[in-house]
Amino acid sequence: MSQTLELPRWLDVAVLPLVNLAFALAVAAGVVMLVGFDPGEVLSLLVKGAFGSQAGISYTLYYATTFVFTGLAVAVAFHGGLFNIGGEGQAIMGGLGAGLVALAFAHALPAWLMLPLMVLAAMLFGMVWAAIPGALQAWRGSHVVITTIMFNFIAAALLGYLLVNTLKEPGNMTPESRAFGDSALLPGVHDALGWLGISWPSTPLNLSVLLAAAAAVLVWLALWRTRPGYALRAVGFAPDAALYAGMAPRKLIIVSMAASGALAGLVGINEIAGVHGRLLPDFVAGAGFAGIAVSLIGRNHPVGVVLASLLFGALYQGGAELAFEIDGFSRDMVFMLQGLIVLFAGAMAQVAAPGLARVWFAIAPQRAASQVPQRTPGA
Amino acid sequence: MVDEVFIGTLVASTLRVSVPLILCALAGVLCERAGVIDLGLEGKMLMTAFAAASVGVVSGSVVLALAAAMAVGVALSMLHGYACVSHRGDQVVLGMGITMTAAGLTVVLGIAWFQQGGQTPPLPDAVRLDRWFVGAGEVVGQIPFMGRALQLAFFGHNLMVYATGVLVFAVWWLLYRTRFGLRLRAAGENPGMVDAAGVSVKALRYQALALNGVMSSLAGAYLVLAQNPSFIPNMTAGRGYMALAALIFGKWHPVGALWACLLFGFLDAVSIRLQGAKLPAFMGGGEVPVQAIQAMPYVLTVVLLAGFIGHAVAPKALGRPYLKER
Repeated sequence: MSQTLELPRWLDVAVLPLVNLAFALAVAAGVVMLVGFDPGEVLSLLVKGAFGSQAGISYTLYYATTFVFTGLAVAVAFHGGLFNIGGEGQAIMGGLGAGLVALAFAHALPAWLMLPLMVLAAMLFGMVWAAIPGALQAWRGSHVVITTIMFNFIAAALLGYLLVNTLKEPGNMTPESRAFGDSALLPGVHDALGWLGISWPSTPLNLSVLLAAAAAVLVWLALWRTRPGYALRAVGFAPDAALYAGMAPRKLIIVSMAASGALAGLVGINEIAGVHGRLLPDFVAGAGFAGIAVSLIGRNHPVGVVLASLLFGALYQGGAELAFEIDGFSRDMVFMLQGLIVLFAGAMAQVAAPGLARVWFAIAPQRAASQVPQRTPGA
Repeated sequence: MVDEVFIGTLVASTLRVSVPLILCALAGVLCERAGVIDLGLEGKMLMTAFAAASVGVVSGSVVLALAAAMAVGVALSMLHGYACVSHRGDQVVLGMGITMTAAGLTVVLGIAWFQQGGQTPPLPDAVRLDRWFVGAGEVVGQIPFMGRALQLAFFGHNLMVYATGVLVFAVWWLLYRTRFGLRLRAAGENPGMVDAAGVSVKALRYQALALNGVMSSLAGAYLVLAQNPSFIPNMTAGRGYMALAALIFGKWHPVGALWACLLFGFLDAVSIRLQGAKLPAFMGGGEVPVQAIQAMPYVLTVVLLAGFIGHAVAPKALGRPYLKER
């Protein structure tokens, strides 16, 4: 078929991701049945676990906060034409940055100074960790996909080294730093609501959730309402045209990677400043990779990323509840679903599109007739 | 005498940890030379390791275990081809998808089938690979000065260690000495030309992927048939990515990849051996930074990619889906 029928925008933006998501869910349901559970029961328990109680909702939002950061990180790089797989390493570095300033200054500084400092440090560390692969891509042509993967491993090794050799609390067998001290702890949402006189169960959900909301709005503003954001999207969309229009692709590659890394670094705030209060290994736990799925299903738009993060937050929380409720059910089911979503919504995104187009034009033939089929080269 | 034993066992463990890397890197070389990126090596290896382990435990047969691993490996590669060659999906994203799915699916199935938290029971001895050339090693061990080191280093490994050496040669031969190999490499450099010559780029890429599936399944099977007595969740632990680094470090050449894998394997073996050891006094005398040695393969690859030591040039059409003009 050398002619493609273009899908109406709402179908392409809203329905196609849902169709792909449905495929992923269907395969996951097949696996659920294969291992001997009832998909309907699993789904209802999952929804109940994620949204059925105040604590459940809080956990869902807490997970979603981390996914907003990593999802936005992937999305921002994507708009610059880059695929940042290094969210994992950038998040590790973000946590390291936040942890280092907390260990250095938390005993001396009040919270109102300490917490912004930690946020800045987390962003800066994540930013640098992404900007180096960006710079290598821009000036040396090293592919950012490969270098960011390598940087994930290097970051993990660096954190491991520091925890084992310099930051480990004397007398503690596990490689963890000492606790930061109160001024470096981001208040939980239950604390904040407590100040307002509302009682709320104590959960890991902390004020980072506001930071995530602000980040989503700022990313939207920066990408769609500013000149550099426009240039960045232009470079990602059509590098040659952007160069011809006088934009500087090299600079923009670094800018988009830096912004991406800064966003991923904020995971460190949610986990290290918001929950653990000390530096420890494995606090990222795959969130960087989850960000890829989040961004894909959210079509690289901040609104989509937030919605997809809520979906994934619910899956993680619901999955944890399920593992608790059903004997033999493991949370790995959620990780598998995450991978299936990347497969169907990402790699095979266009497999379903022609089918959807046929269905749509069968339902609404008069629109198909009014549309002049566009000839795209060779498609 | 102690040094002789140390050197011998160090070489032996280097070989043993390098084998899955080499097989995996060969898998990557085959499909990347045809123009298809494989970021799913990690997932393919994990999934095939699980297939080999579970079939090995249930059937008690090496042949069936290997066959199961290959079936799964080739099936994953065909999925790779369906999404990326036939439907021009993003190859990087597909690889990530396979890896993420594999990490979850193997544990889910493992728990459901074996009820040991995602592990399989230990494989029976009949399924594990035997040691080869033990007798010859005894003879070599009699040679004065270096006999013992040679014996420990090169004899008494399992068949797959020796087979891997043959496979490196076979892949080199296939790629550089056969018509098929020439076409395969051309599909990765200039698919338009291959097409103009009347050869199907699609078919070549599917064939390359099928070979990729076989190789990655051997890598996965090795982990459970030779290295570890049972399947453990996420047992590949980044080896697929390290193999990817090695194939880049080896400049997309099977023999280059072999040397890179041996280097990375050596670093791995050394870092395990030096855990907790002290640095010599002239270097400060502190503990050996094992993490630094472990991060070395990745640092070296980045440095190479950045063009500071030689230059790694990828196949020109790598990652680009081929669109046949009609």
